[in-house]
Amino acid sequence: MIEVKNLSKRYGQRAAVDDLTFTVRPGTVTGFLGPNGAGKSTTMRMIVGLDAATSGTVTINGRRYADHRAPLQEIGALLDARAVHPNRSAYNHLRAIAATTGIAKRRVDEVIDLVGLREVARKPAGSFSLGMSQRLGIATALLGDPETVLLDEPVNGLDPEGVLWIRNLLRALAAEGRTVFVSSHLMSEMALTAQHLVVIGRGRLIADVPIAEFTTRACVNSVRVRSPHSAALSDLLAGPDVSIASSERGVLEVIGLSIEQIGERAAEAGICLYELSPQQPSLEDVFMELTSGSVEYRATVEVAPAGKAA
Amino acid sequence: MTVTSLAARPRTVAAPADVPSPPAPFLRTRRAARGRVTLTRVVNSEWIKFRSVRSTVLTLLATVGAVVALGLLFSGVHSGVIGAQTIGLQPGSGAGPVDVALGGVNLGQLIIGVLGVTLVTGEYATGMMRPTLAAVPRRLAVLWGKAIVFGGIVTVAMLVATFTAFLGGQALIGTAGASLAGSGVLRAVIGAAIYLTGVGLIGLAAGAILRRNAAAIGVLFTVVLVIPGLFPLLPQSWNDTVGPYLPSNAGTAFMTAAHVSGSLAPWAGLAVFAGYVTAALAVAAILLKRRDA
Repeated sequence: MIEVKNLSKRYGQRAAVDDLTFTVRPGTVTGFLGPNGAGKSTTMRMIVGLDAATSGTVTINGRRYADHRAPLQEIGALLDARAVHPNRSAYNHLRAIAATTGIAKRRVDEVIDLVGLREVARKPAGSFSLGMSQRLGIATALLGDPETVLLDEPVNGLDPEGVLWIRNLLRALAAEGRTVFVSSHLMSEMALTAQHLVVIGRGRLIADVPIAEFTTRACVNSVRVRSPHSAALSDLLAGPDVSIASSERGVLEVIGLSIEQIGERAAEAGICLYELSPQQPSLEDVFMELTSGSVEYRATVEVAPAGKAA
Repeated sequence: MTVTSLAARPRTVAAPADVPSPPAPFLRTRRAARGRVTLTRVVNSEWIKFRSVRSTVLTLLATVGAVVALGLLFSGVHSGVIGAQTIGLQPGSGAGPVDVALGGVNLGQLIIGVLGVTLVTGEYATGMMRPTLAAVPRRLAVLWGKAIVFGGIVTVAMLVATFTAFLGGQALIGTAGASLAGSGVLRAVIGAAIYLTGVGLIGLAAGAILRRNAAAIGVLFTVVLVIPGLFPLLPQSWNDTVGPYLPSNAGTAFMTAAHVSGSLAPWAGLAVFAGYVTAALAVAAILLKRRDA
């Protein structure tokens, strides 16, 4: 259980994290979501005491992280997969971290097998791909068999198989009753992995909801209609509770009518349809909408169309 | 090759929503030892770190090599065994056979100092400091652990180096050479090893204080090389009153067999030098505790 209360982190005038309050509960995977620069990593660093909070508190199972006598058994963190000495072997890296709390070599071998790095464990960590580094980082996080697992962007750089592996691993850890807190800037990934979401933007809390609730927000249905006579169809469908938008020629986005209603009316009027399909805004869209006011870095220059280069 | 290996291991991509959970009993099979973080354990961790990076070990050996090789070279030149003339070291310059044999300390201190710096800045540069401090959230044990491991290993290595340089050097110098039984000789030979270790620890502290390799090495070289070199250019009264208290000059006071006029007494020199090492580590400790990692 991670309890974050009124947590803030300021660098001069800029607030990287601004009065955050949320609780991460055991037994579920909690996704920590936000655009790049939203303050996710800063928050995670404060949870494990690497950064000091300007104000507010973070406790893990009721205590400050630094006050736990066996910290690696409380919380296992992967904050930066590349944070490894490149000339040290993965095995020795794990041995060194394990030694700080007297974790046996046996457990080091166990986590190496668990993440599937057996064959490369004696090779320098600097020679690892990002995906292998992520696996090493996860092995490090699991060394102490911790109650709480904290992973910052663990799927970055993983191939599809690795992504699936992490997804299953996180669920398995949560199913064992552990607290699993995992950050991502990818809504789609969180939708598949997490049961609960904490969404932040510009350091502030935007949402702290079960994923199911987040999904229902995404259920404003519209219907996409494609027809050579879209103008006539638009007049036909127009009504007080119906909104019709057209983003490209011959295509209508209709809200307020069901697929059946649109199909029947078009048939009665003898209008030919090429396409009639339900549109559900993706979770990504909801996420984008929620965080649109809080994107830290936005492209301000439109990319020139291809072919214009000299 | 690639094709066959892929074919040999057919993979099915399951639908994400209903992939079976992986067999997970291994996660809970054995509760890892409910271990606390202790200084002894952190020392062990730092020892594993120290010996598992080859460049660290090689740099240490390079220091030993430099101290021994230069000591033998200087001794050879001094005695006329190497070269027809004495080069650089005039027999009448006051440098006795002990100092000549320990002449490699001048270079050795730079190498060992850089090793001390790199031991810490390397962890900041690679990011290794973060998992380390996450494992030891009270932090100070990491600094003490590094200082104990580094100080211990370097002391042993430098004692080997200075004794080898001294004994080998005296063998080359021959009848004009000194013996360990001579007045202040044993102290000087051990003192040189202590001085080298101390410079290494100052480097380690500088690395922890500044975190950046270039900056820390710059400061270290300024302290042990540049400032002592500048002092003779300053007014004589400054040189007389402050000069002996500079780290390198305080070090010279206890690693020279014969007392040099104007320098501190050997034990006073050792005390001053130890003060610098302690102060540097204390500042490093305070900053390590206070700053964001």
